[in-house]
Amino acid sequence: MLKILKYSFYDLMRSRWSYVYFLFYLALGFVLLFLNNDVSKAVITLMNIIIVLVPLIGTIFGVMYYYNSKEFTELLLAQPIKRSSIFLGQYFGVAGSLTLSLVLGLGIPFVLYGLLRSDAIFDFSMLLLIGAFLTLIFTALSFNIALSNENKIKGFGYAVLLWLFLAVVYDGLFLMSLILFEEYPLDNFSLFATMLNPIDLSRTLILLKLDISALLGYTGAVFKSFFGTSLGLFISFLMLTLWTVIPVLRLIFKSRKKDF
Amino acid sequence: MIQIDNLYKKFGKNEVLCGIELDITKGGIIAVLGPNGSGKTTLIKSILGMVIPNKGAISIDGKSIKNQWKYRQEIEYLPQIANFPSNLKVKELVRMIKDLRQCESNENALIELFGLTPFLDKKLATLSGGTKQKVNILLTFMFDSPLIILDEPTTGLDPVALIRLKELIGTEKEKGKTILVTSHIMQFVEEIADRVIYLLEGQVYFQGSLDELKKQTNQNNVEHAIAAIATTSHA
Repeated sequence: MLKILKYSFYDLMRSRWSYVYFLFYLALGFVLLFLNNDVSKAVITLMNIIIVLVPLIGTIFGVMYYYNSKEFTELLLAQPIKRSSIFLGQYFGVAGSLTLSLVLGLGIPFVLYGLLRSDAIFDFSMLLLIGAFLTLIFTALSFNIALSNENKIKGFGYAVLLWLFLAVVYDGLFLMSLILFEEYPLDNFSLFATMLNPIDLSRTLILLKLDISALLGYTGAVFKSFFGTSLGLFISFLMLTLWTVIPVLRLIFKSRKKDF
Repeated sequence: MIQIDNLYKKFGKNEVLCGIELDITKGGIIAVLGPNGSGKTTLIKSILGMVIPNKGAISIDGKSIKNQWKYRQEIEYLPQIANFPSNLKVKELVRMIKDLRQCESNENALIELFGLTPFLDKKLATLSGGTKQKVNILLTFMFDSPLIILDEPTTGLDPVALIRLKELIGTEKEKGKTILVTSHIMQFVEEIADRVIYLLEGQVYFQGSLDELKKQTNQNNVEHAIAAIATTSHA
């Protein structure tokens, strides 16, 4: 698996898109720090961008890479390599290079600005950790979609729809249900609903870390009392891990049965 | 060498293989023939484990290949359509495959034989169809495995390369290897094949030597003999 990972990773590192992605974050980091003049404020703005953009890029890159490397995959399938190693290697190659672009692209400007001496270092690390999780999750989901759809256009369509659903539509449905069932106690429901969407979960985790939960009123207090505790944090990261592991397992399972 | 037992495979509603029974003994060149869509490539891909059969068993040297992958170390495969990662150079591709297989290879002699030296630093996307096929042949023959599977090896080759390929297949046969080849060029089959397997509608229709095939169909030419099978069975 490590060999496949190596080749996929190098392949991506040589492609223009990894640099574009890296340079984008680099520029974003510098611009935000320049405009805000404050690490903590920059982290909040950054969160809003990361929460939406990282899943989108992970989804698009994953689908694109899978379809583009079809030939490579077919070549590998005739070699003495385990099927799961081929797909896992490619998956970790894509997710790894995306995560590297994210961490380096944002890390460099913040470190240069004096992150290591500021209090925001934990919030910032949390942001990067969650960014890495979101990359892993959405790349895995997009690989699953691509593996199940021979038709590229369909695969792309489903992948973008999935992103749209989790990033936008889910929140809409969530809000509507809150309004609809106003009269009922919704604390547990909203906690539960937040846990089921990796994007919402990530957003809540960062918001609460940043100590701006007071802005959220009563819900904020409920959330704080759950996510703020170490048990809540543990369960949240467990959920993010599950969101990563389950699609990866399905990837292994599906790839074993597919004809090429 | 290869035992295939009651092999079934369908893609959607399309039944491609319906109960293939084959016993391929070690050594010699075996041609797998049949009209388009008769299941030749599916059969080959099943042996390689790229296609997962619905029913039936395949074993190589007495060992079942189901869910196995190490046995592919003993197989060299030339795919029908040479699809390579297009952003790699020929040299890098050769190095990569060597790295993945981790065994002895003699690529330099083959590069010389097919005149591929000027293309080593070119990207695979820029190569012509024939040159790609030569690279394909290079990747297949550079290792020393006891079983060689060639799916339409003559596609796009010029006469010089074709002669070299036939010589190459000949020398590999001398070493006692088993070579499985599919082709629609009957002249090529007649020149190299020792035995013939004829697939029709997903079943083995004929198995034996070329002479037996001619005798059975009352034809003195292989091309006509094959055509005779195809027409009589459809009548």
